[in-house]
Amino acid sequence: MEHYNMNLTLKVWRQKNSQEKGKFETHRVENISSEMSFLEMFDVLNEKLISEGKDPIAFDHDCREGICGMCSMYINGKPHGPWKGNTVCQLHMRAFKDGDTIVVEPWRANAFPVIKDLVVDRSAFDRIIQAGGFISVNTGNAVDANAIPVEKDNADKAFAAAACIGCGACVAACKNSSAMLFVSAKVSHLALLPQGDPERKSRVLAMVHQMDKEGFGACTFTEACEATCPKEISVTNIARLNQEYFRASLAADK
Amino acid sequence: MLDAKIPEGKLENKWTDYKGHCKLVNPANKRRLEIIVVGTGLAGASAAAALGELGYKVKSFCFQDSPRRAHSIAAQGGINAAKNYQNDGDSVFRLFYDTIKGGDYRSREANVHRLAEVSANIIDQCVAQGVPFAREYGGLLSNRSFGGVQVQRTFYAAGQTGQQLLIGAYQALERQVALGNVKMYSRHEMLDIVMVDGKARGIICRNLVTGELERHFGHAVVLCTGGYGNVFYLSTNAMGCNVTAAWKAHKKGAYFGNPCFTQIHPTCIPVSGEYQSKLTLMSESLRNDGRIWVPKKQNDPRKANEIPDDERDYYLERRYPAYGNLVPRDVASRAAKERCDAGYGVGTFKQAVYLDFASAIQRYGHAEANKHGIENPSHEEIKRMGDEVVKEKYGNLFDMYEKITGENPYEVPMRIYPAVHYTMGGLWVDYELMTSVKGLYALGECNYSDHGANRLGASALMQGLADGYFVIPYTIGNYLADEIRTPAIPTTHPAFEEAEKNVAARIEKLMSIKGTESVESMHKRLGKIMWNKCGMARNEQGLKEAIEEIRALRKEFWSNLRIPGGINEYNPELDKAGRVADFIELGELICIDALDRKESCGAHFREEFQTSEGEAKRDDEHYMYVSAWEYKNEENWELHKEDLVYEMMHPTQRSYK
Repeated sequence: MEHYNMNLTLKVWRQKNSQEKGKFETHRVENISSEMSFLEMFDVLNEKLISEGKDPIAFDHDCREGICGMCSMYINGKPHGPWKGNTVCQLHMRAFKDGDTIVVEPWRANAFPVIKDLVVDRSAFDRIIQAGGFISVNTGNAVDANAIPVEKDNADKAFAAAACIGCGACVAACKNSSAMLFVSAKVSHLALLPQGDPERKSRVLAMVHQMDKEGFGACTFTEACEATCPKEISVTNIARLNQEYFRASLAADK
Repeated sequence: MLDAKIPEGKLENKWTDYKGHCKLVNPANKRRLEIIVVGTGLAGASAAAALGELGYKVKSFCFQDSPRRAHSIAAQGGINAAKNYQNDGDSVFRLFYDTIKGGDYRSREANVHRLAEVSANIIDQCVAQGVPFAREYGGLLSNRSFGGVQVQRTFYAAGQTGQQLLIGAYQALERQVALGNVKMYSRHEMLDIVMVDGKARGIICRNLVTGELERHFGHAVVLCTGGYGNVFYLSTNAMGCNVTAAWKAHKKGAYFGNPCFTQIHPTCIPVSGEYQSKLTLMSESLRNDGRIWVPKKQNDPRKANEIPDDERDYYLERRYPAYGNLVPRDVASRAAKERCDAGYGVGTFKQAVYLDFASAIQRYGHAEANKHGIENPSHEEIKRMGDEVVKEKYGNLFDMYEKITGENPYEVPMRIYPAVHYTMGGLWVDYELMTSVKGLYALGECNYSDHGANRLGASALMQGLADGYFVIPYTIGNYLADEIRTPAIPTTHPAFEEAEKNVAARIEKLMSIKGTESVESMHKRLGKIMWNKCGMARNEQGLKEAIEEIRALRKEFWSNLRIPGGINEYNPELDKAGRVADFIELGELICIDALDRKESCGAHFREEFQTSEGEAKRDDEHYMYVSAWEYKNEENWELHKEDLVYEMMHPTQRSYK
């Protein structure tokens, strides 16, 4: 792979905290290698800001290998940037060329208030899981792991849904800030497995209720969520969620 | 002499006997007992969930924005368990045996046996929680093989096993949060242990959003704060992984066990430049099918595909015919370093070796052709069908490699090089996982316990969950049973006041340095010293130099550091500064420990002590002990020894030839 260096203009959202108003700030970075990751380019920028006695840009990140779900930048109008099935930390600078201007914003959604600059509060997702995104089994009660066979096809579909990293890109991509892809991934993961069956109805009702309470928008099925999901979670999960929800609502006796 | 409180009796009965005789706490009393759990990885999330289920009042802390982000999530390959579902001769004894041997006879038999015993329960528990492990068409669980082992005992969920296990534990934890048994504090970092009358009774932590310091009381404190690989700056750890919680405990009296046992993983994507912030692992499972080689000619300028097979040196297969490419990690890493140091390395910096799937693609392609009854398949057909099989097995890893390097590993061999990955050392704990501080426990990677001088693949997840789900719920009861008459201590107690004052003073001190160099830059410099002089190979002179260099760096750190921003706000640079300050102190202790251990064992390779074939040479007569270091004051530690007594195993020179 041939590598090259580039000079870039960055327009980055700066916001001191959740109360104050934010604004875009323009920065230049020079001699950025095409082999760097996008976050390493931000490291370079932050080192420069620190050396100039300025406040570095706050952004969430941790594993830098695309799995923890912490990184969350809205790059040139797309959550996680231009590559498909990708997180910001795995986006590399060869996606850009010399002279480019790159606009970087935080996730925008009422349910994800800004903490500082590009850092947002996604604890709403934790509360949705608390509402029912689990199987109620205490430690030590389990039967042998092979006692209940699971059809491979269902196990694979459950795995594909469970691959969600909880980053919130689906919400950021949606014009309604809907969390349907996130919620449907968890509902599907657990509904597709025999272990999740006993709580199937109560789970979907409780999780959807909490989702609404957190202020996420409704789903109008534009599929923007699937298009930007770093784990390429399918919108068929949303269809399954709707099916589960109707089934549970019709059968509810309380 | 350290007392590990190992129960009497035969090895295979110890844990059963312990559980049958340890003290219990009745449910009404559990509701009044408070436990602090720091960290929410596999060990922390499983411990907090299991203790909450029992009815204790639990407070759980993590520095990330959600407990689901902890770095256990990045584990790729799998989790071991002695289920013997494959009928290939596995058993609790064999898992125990492989782990002790893999650890080069530097771990405690009783702990490792218990780990092997509970391993099967973990898989049952995870399946019950809905962890979607890989399955066969019959609906039963699938297994694969890992390094240093001759059976198939590894359970997996594609290349994302850690993620699926952690989500399972996270969901169990969130369920307890919803039930009110656990209170969750995310974006909080523990900055000190509070001691009252010689017992751990709480923590001081900092709210990372507001910068405020908080006091929290607990009848016991459980640390599950992971490993310290980031002392090397570049590692496969997440950016936030740190030693701070463990180090604060160490300075409050918890001994640090075998700090020099740090694992270098053989298959990582090589460093590509100065700006690099972390290294990415390519799962050990790739060594099931990939062949590792370098050119036979030094400094060969040709591209990999231009070098004919007879001019390639498959050095692992040559040196270790019995295990071949699946030798344990320490052995594979050293062999790669040896070739690169001798001038046979490849890539831009000549610091890489090839991991090649061409022959696996051919082998699978032929098998597919056979399956489909295609006679005389063309070269292209074989390649296409072989690619498909490899894609199904390792697709996500190949994609990740391509994203990072821009090269297609289906066409050209991957370039890999060893990188820091895991730390076997950690807080010294006894059989009950209690540190040398009463009421303070350490679980998972942050303790020294089960992996000796080298950890086998797919065993870290096993240990984290074993400690959290199946060990601590019993052992902590044995301690808390005597605490039922202790009322909650108000956080206005002088011990809390004092601890908070010290934490605040240290933060003030960091902020008042107002020098010129950034935290990141200092951290990089520490990493270079550690990697060059205390990395894959160590020697007396280098270690002595490293200690001096680290001491000098520490002085520079405290006189020339620049932290922007303020204290009472969201300030990641300040968070990092505190962590790097602790890493610098730890780095010194790692080198002191490495200098003290005048033998080679597992991941600790002292160049002075090797066999004529370049293998690690242990000295069981003088070093069959756990080094447990007690902090005295700056630059001063006292060594305590826990002798390792082997009842069942007969330590021999480890051979994978």
